Amino acid sequence: MDTRESEATPMKNRTTVERKSERELVVTRTFDAPARIVFEAWTKPELFKQWWVPKSMGMFLRSCEMDVRAGGRYRLVFGHDASNTDEFFGTYVEVTPPSRLVWTNDEGGDDGPVTTVTFEEKAGKTLLVLHELYPSKEALDAAGTGAADATVETFAQLDELLVTLGASGS
Amino acid sequence: MVQYQRTRLDNSFAALSDATRRGVLEQLGRSDASITDLAEKFHMTLTGMKKHVGVLEEAGLVTTEKVGRVRICKLGPRQLEEERAWLERYRQLWDSRFAELDKVVEELKRKEKIDGHKRE
Repeated sequence: MDTRESEATPMKNRTTVERKSERELVVTRTFDAPARIVFEAWTKPELFKQWWVPKSMGMFLRSCEMDVRAGGRYRLVFGHDASNTDEFFGTYVEVTPPSRLVWTNDEGGDDGPVTTVTFEEKAGKTLLVLHELYPSKEALDAAGTGAADATVETFAQLDELLVTLGASGS
Repeated sequence: MVQYQRTRLDNSFAALSDATRRGVLEQLGRSDASITDLAEKFHMTLTGMKKHVGVLEEAGLVTTEKVGRVRICKLGPRQLEEERAWLERYRQLWDSRFAELDKVVEELKRKEKIDGHKRE
């Protein structure tokens, strides 16, 4: 698995992503802070908003509501104008400070994953593991890693390219 | 490297210029299939389908494997590269999120330190 280290800053910790099984994706990262601090940054909306949407995503977070307790709901609304928005929402299944958060992702209907984030503190540092479990292989494939999906995407790109080439050749 | 990529791109275009071959790829995206299955599905002779699969194989879009007396076709390494590329894009998203989270965490640590000193 390709888990190259980012070279932006020398002291930055490494982020890894791995497809653990047909239904699971796992992201890991260590933070130089105790678990309670990292947990706080995940569970207070005013802090969460500061990092969840990095500039490189090219998205604008319009609103962020988080009722962080078991059974509580969250809703994130993205978009540059009110008429063209993307929403992400779901329910917190488990909230155990400062070590564990579980929520559902319901915007995609029944195909959304369940996300589990664990915060494991060791010698003042926190190992964060984000685990996404999809209801089926097909659901994870549809999320973007799938061969069938990639084929369709490749076709779409080729179509565009062929149109361009055709236009320039005539 | 550039030459290699160009050759591969040429092969891909050639492979995808045919409607049947595009159909075969879509079919294999759903499930692996034998050349006989594919020939039947696309109302073709075995020889005709073998030629199409050969072209797709040349372009790295399909791999075939002989299982007993049957040749099974599946999506090739190009599709695996797509999966790796997707994972890498996903990793970069999280990496940039976490770089921002580092800043938030540093700020919280700094505040906690100041508050701690105040209490002393």
